[in-house]
Amino acid sequence: MRNTDRPMAPHLQIWRWGPHMLVSILHRMTGVGLAVVGGIIFAWWLLAAASGEESYSWFAGLLTVESGRINIVGVVLGVGLTWAFFTHLFNGIRHFVLDTGAGYELKTNKRGAILVVAGAIVATAALWGWLQCDWIMGIFGGGA
Amino acid sequence: MGNGTNLGRVRGLGSAKAGAHHWWLQRVTAAANLFLVPWFVFSLIRLPNLSHGIVVDWLSSPLVAVAMILLSANVFWHLRLGLQVVIEDYVHNESSKLGVLILLNFFAIGGAAIAIFSIAKIAFGGAA
Repeated sequence: MRNTDRPMAPHLQIWRWGPHMLVSILHRMTGVGLAVVGGIIFAWWLLAAASGEESYSWFAGLLTVESGRINIVGVVLGVGLTWAFFTHLFNGIRHFVLDTGAGYELKTNKRGAILVVAGAIVATAALWGWLQCDWIMGIFGGGA
Repeated sequence: MGNGTNLGRVRGLGSAKAGAHHWWLQRVTAAANLFLVPWFVFSLIRLPNLSHGIVVDWLSSPLVAVAMILLSANVFWHLRLGLQVVIEDYVHNESSKLGVLILLNFFAIGGAAIAIFSIAKIAFGGAA
């Protein structure tokens, strides 16, 4: 039990925010998100597929519109999980490097953290751009 | 590092002596995920669509079914280890912590069981 008469050491709030702190808390948040949301959707999807056509189309109906295109819930979950996946993946790789004892120099560490955050955004945009290729081509008047 | 106070050890509040093993398994499952999850994501993207027939057909292939079973076991194991650390960091009340950790085990093992059984059922032709 903490004695409330005693002062608490200043900790989080006295540090100036840097990329290494951002990437650290993002790793945790994306990990929890992937574990809970991703884990439930993954198991539910497989269960629906194994339970037959009818259960599967009911499950698919939660994430798609009548024509089979993805709906807003599907987009939010899909893009969110993709970004969380890339962030957690890239920072996981960064952690493997840190585990070897490398990459702790201030400049290197900062560069790695920025690369993780930026790389995940670029990879998510690239993946969903690719998935929506025909739609994007449609904007420019072509048809894919 | 000492072994904690005698009272702490009696109450079971000392080191469980399993930290390094937990840390190592987190890395081993992470390394396996490094191959399994990107394979899963790109396999899904390469399917023409995610309709029931196509997904069932894809899961019926033995190599895909085995990889998916390994992926399910590995992902749920990795998330169990990771969420355990998060819970231990933020839930300080001993009885709440115990309860949440038990719920975590139900979720992780239950999720893995549902995923693996579903894959096996499809692969053995039960949902074709």
